[in-house]
Amino acid sequence: MFVKLLLISLFISSTTFSSLSVADENSLLNVSYDVTREFYKDFNVAFVKYWKDKTGATITINQSHGGSSKQARAVSDGLEADIITMNQSPDIDILYKRAKLIPKDWQKRLPHASSPTSSTTVFLVRKGNPKQIKDWDDLIKPGIAVVIPNPKTSGNGKYSYLAAWGYVIKTGGDEAKAKAFVGKLFKNVPVLDTGGRGATTTFAQRGIGDVLLTFENEVNLIKKELGDQYDVVYPSVSILAENPIAVVDKYVDKHKNRALAQAYAEFHFSEAGQEIAAQHDIRPRLQSVIEKYKSKFKSLDLFSVDEVFGNWEKAQKTHFADGGNFDQIYSK
Amino acid sequence: MAKQKNVLPGFSLSLGYTIFYLSLIVLIPLSAAFIKTTELSFDEFWAVVSAPRVVASYKLTFGASFIGALINAVFGLLTAWVLVRYTFPGKKIIDALVDLPFALPTAVAGIALTAVYSTNGWIGHWLEQFGVKVAFTPLGVIIALTFIGLPFVVRTVQPVLQDLEAETEEAAASLGANRWQTFSKVIMPTLWPALLTGFALAFARAIGEYGSVIFIAGNVPFVSEITPLIIITKLEQYEYAEATAVAVVMLIISFILLFSINGLQWWSNRSKTISH
Repeated sequence: MFVKLLLISLFISSTTFSSLSVADENSLLNVSYDVTREFYKDFNVAFVKYWKDKTGATITINQSHGGSSKQARAVSDGLEADIITMNQSPDIDILYKRAKLIPKDWQKRLPHASSPTSSTTVFLVRKGNPKQIKDWDDLIKPGIAVVIPNPKTSGNGKYSYLAAWGYVIKTGGDEAKAKAFVGKLFKNVPVLDTGGRGATTTFAQRGIGDVLLTFENEVNLIKKELGDQYDVVYPSVSILAENPIAVVDKYVDKHKNRALAQAYAEFHFSEAGQEIAAQHDIRPRLQSVIEKYKSKFKSLDLFSVDEVFGNWEKAQKTHFADGGNFDQIYSK
Repeated sequence: MAKQKNVLPGFSLSLGYTIFYLSLIVLIPLSAAFIKTTELSFDEFWAVVSAPRVVASYKLTFGASFIGALINAVFGLLTAWVLVRYTFPGKKIIDALVDLPFALPTAVAGIALTAVYSTNGWIGHWLEQFGVKVAFTPLGVIIALTFIGLPFVVRTVQPVLQDLEAETEEAAASLGANRWQTFSKVIMPTLWPALLTGFALAFARAIGEYGSVIFIAGNVPFVSEITPLIIITKLEQYEYAEATAVAVVMLIISFILLFSINGLQWWSNRSKTISH
């Protein structure tokens, strides 16, 4: 039990730069966020096979995982990633803003604003839902403990925050009401973990909280890995969390593997790639795959960040920058 | 003016090397932090480092580090004493155990401590019955900082204790000193400098600690948010200058504290030689 815990903790805390061997045209480094490990394990195997069948070349794909902003910062500071896959577009924008590694209009280069997949924020409650948590309004009741990762350090936490805000707007409330709502919500949060996996551990292993807010794919992974001690609750309204991808121009040119990187990025949008995503509870875009996995993904009333907040940059500035709405919750 | 000759040869070479080495390893990275901060005007700098949330984090970081180091000073001394003065089976193992907090990756320590002290953990669920919560409170921060600081006190006090011959204590006893007098008049004066060094090291280490605290703290602003987390948070928002501003304040406070502890040590050394 203890050894297992230690192993899990090693797994969570380490940002594994597994075998960052010398980059060449037959290898790729995909720098990704925290909770995509399981997805890319399968996806990379499929792509390696696809590429071998197509070109005869044997390739290696190296993965690096960690908190999304931290990963983006590593790339902009010089980690030579060929591909970057994140859970929010600001973390890819930064590669343009800080280091000019990619063009400004990177989102236009691939379909669906370069976002092959998406997820959404849902609730995970303890088996049988003892506190009767059904929708957002139940989260702000007194005595309910809600576990959400810190929105300042985690994309996952940002989506939960924005989802709560958007719920109020979508149900006819105004800004003032939304602000009061998220204020009450975060008063019910006893622990602000720095990343999504940390929050999972707090909720599942430490037994803290009545409800965990996290991505749909993470929730299903928890149920799979940690047994049937939890129930998923789908709120009436939630946020569309898009997972963007970009080929990092400067580094693929340096490594002379642009063709490979481009094919890898496009493979995300292919039927095979979309199916692997769906198997990992990440919502696909392709109609045929959506149809096939219809029973798995509950149809929800989802809004995008652009729809409610204008765009990510505005959301970031109003809500998460220092002194923004999130900080105001905690200032007295 | 005649150049003063040092008895040992190679003084200028070794001093030159020392300064070069210190600059490379310590001063250059530190000055980079100061230079980065100059991107901010003084008003901006002050607004960042004196924000109420940041000030609350200084209090927690320095307060918890101080308490942790104090606990270590007391129990580290005790541990060192036991390890030096007594022989018992398993002593070698206990001696080795002391160093474990050095070797263990701090994140693993943090997760292990959280597992043990959370309300469903081995110790946590007993404490819970008395209404004491450790994990995800400032108390948890103190526990983590105590854990990582332990070896510093033990390892600085131990060699001094080893050099302290049992005969001096026996002599004190034969001259009519009672146990408390032997301890306070004979043993402690010799141990003070080492104990202070150990305390200072444990304290300094705790101030900068991030990995283990982050898992057990709960990280709620104004309650259990440590300064290193504030810095990380600012980095996550790509606010490099703001992050280094807070780091610079930490550095200055730490430097002043360490400097005064060193001064205290020098003073206690001096007063000891004078009294001889």
